[in-house]
Amino acid sequence: MTGAVLVRELRRSFATTTAVDGASWSAAAGTVTALLGPNGAGKTTTVECLEGLQRPDAGSVSVLGVDPWGAGPDHRARVGVMLQEGGLPTTSRPLPLLRHLAAQYAAPAPLDELVARLGIGAFERTTVRRMSGGQRQRVALAAALLPRPDVLFLDEPTAGLDPHARIEVWDLVRAEASRGACVVVTTHSFEEAERLADRVVIMAAGRVVADGSLDEVRGGRSLEDVYFSLTTGAAR
Amino acid sequence: MSTTSSARPAAAPPRQRVLARASFETRVLLANGEQLLVAVVLPALALVGLALASVPDLGPGARVDLATAGALALAVVSTAFTGQAIATGFDRRAGVLRLLGTTPLGRGGLLAAKCLAVLSVLAIQVVVLVALGAALGARPEAGGILPLLVSLLLGGGAFVALALLLAGTLRAEAVLAVANLVWVLLLGLGVLVPTALLPGALGTVAAVLPSGALGDAVRTAFVDGGWPWPQWAVLVGWGVVAGLSARRWFRWGD
Repeated sequence: MTGAVLVRELRRSFATTTAVDGASWSAAAGTVTALLGPNGAGKTTTVECLEGLQRPDAGSVSVLGVDPWGAGPDHRARVGVMLQEGGLPTTSRPLPLLRHLAAQYAAPAPLDELVARLGIGAFERTTVRRMSGGQRQRVALAAALLPRPDVLFLDEPTAGLDPHARIEVWDLVRAEASRGACVVVTTHSFEEAERLADRVVIMAAGRVVADGSLDEVRGGRSLEDVYFSLTTGAAR
Repeated sequence: MSTTSSARPAAAPPRQRVLARASFETRVLLANGEQLLVAVVLPALALVGLALASVPDLGPGARVDLATAGALALAVVSTAFTGQAIATGFDRRAGVLRLLGTTPLGRGGLLAAKCLAVLSVLAIQVVVLVALGAALGARPEAGGILPLLVSLLLGGGAFVALALLLAGTLRAEAVLAVANLVWVLLLGLGVLVPTALLPGALGTVAAVLPSGALGDAVRTAFVDGGWPWPQWAVLVGWGVVAGLSARRWFRWGD
C-alpha cells in the first residue's frame, strides 16, 4: 500500500521554538493512524502542514500525492478536517452551518444520515456558543465527514464525549477507513488509539519516537507504558 | 456510513461555493440583533433626528436630502466596516477561517462571499433608508442614482478592506473595541456632516479620510446629482492601501 499521507524529514520552527524537528512517517488508505504525543510534541503543527494551513520550513509533506500548501479546491474536497478548536462560527445553529458546508462539495455525504447518526437533531436549535463541548465535537466531526473524504484528519475527535457517543464516533471513524479512507487521528487517549488504530505514531519534542502497527509499537506491553517510557523527559 | 466508494470526491462549482457561503454570512448578519441595531436602527435614527432637528448645520441643500445621504454613508460604515470587522475577528478566533481554508471554498472564495454578503445587507439598508427618507420628504436628484451607487460601492470596498485589515491583525476583543470606537469617531469626521463645515484643520483631515470622502461623495451624488471624482479617488486610495496591507498582514489564525 502506498502512503496517502507522507511526511518526510519535516521541519517547522517558530520564533523561539522548533515545533517539528525532522519527522518522517506515513499513513495508508483504508487505515486509521493514531498520532500520539505530549502537548508541544509537534502533532498539531505536523497535521496543519498536511492540511495546507502551514508551510514546512524544510522536508516535505504530501497528501494523495499532492503538496497541500496552495493545493486547489478539488484537492481540498478530498480531505476532511476536524480542527482542535472546532472552527465553528459561534452564532450559528448546526443545520444551516452543515448545509452550507455540504454545498462546498459536488457529492456530499447525505446530511440527514450524518445528523441522525451523531445525534445532532437533539440540539438543532442550539447555537454553537451555547453547545456543550461534546455537542460541538459532534458538529465538527460531521463537517469533517461531509465530503466523504479520501483522507480524514481528526484532532481529538472524542474529547468531551460521553462513553456511548465515543463508541458511536469510533464506529463512524472505523467505517470511514473500511470504505477506503486514510484516517489520521490525533489523540491523548490510549483507549482511543488501542480501539481505533491500525498504526501508531508517537511524537516527542518534534521527532517521531515510535512508528508501527499497534502491536509492533506495544511490543507486548500496554500502549500507556510504552508511551511514558518514550516520552518522559522529552516533553518541553 | 453505508456509502460505497465510487468516484473521487470533488469540489462544487466555484459559483455554488461562493453563493452558499455568501447566503450563510448574510443570514448570520441579519440574524444578529446587535448587528441590525448598528446597521439599520442607528442610521435610521440619525436620519430622522437630523431631518427633524435644525442643528448641526448640514450645509446648502434640502435638509432631509442631506440627512438621508448622511444616513446612507453611515449604513456603509456600519455594515462594511464595524459589522464585518467584528464578525471576521471572532470567526478568526474561533478557528472558522482556518477550517474554511481547508474546504473547497478557500480564502479567495471566502473574500468573495464576504463582499457579496456585505452588498446584500447594504442593498437592504439602502432600500429601507431611502424609503424612510422619501417618507420624510427627501427628493434625490434622478441623475444622482448612478454616482450614488458608485459611491456606495467604492465606500463599501474601502471599508471592507479596512475591516479585514483590522480583523486579521488584532485580537478579537481589540477588534470589537476598535471597530466600535472608530465607528463613533468617523461619525463626526464627515459621515453625517459635510467636511467643509467641520472646524478648521479637522475638515481638511476628514476630507482625506474614508469617512469624509464617502459622506461627501454620497451627498454630492444624492443631493446635487454630481459626480464626486476627488472623493472617489480618496476611497480607491484607501481601498487599495488597506487591501494590500490586509493581504500582507492578515493572519488566518489567532
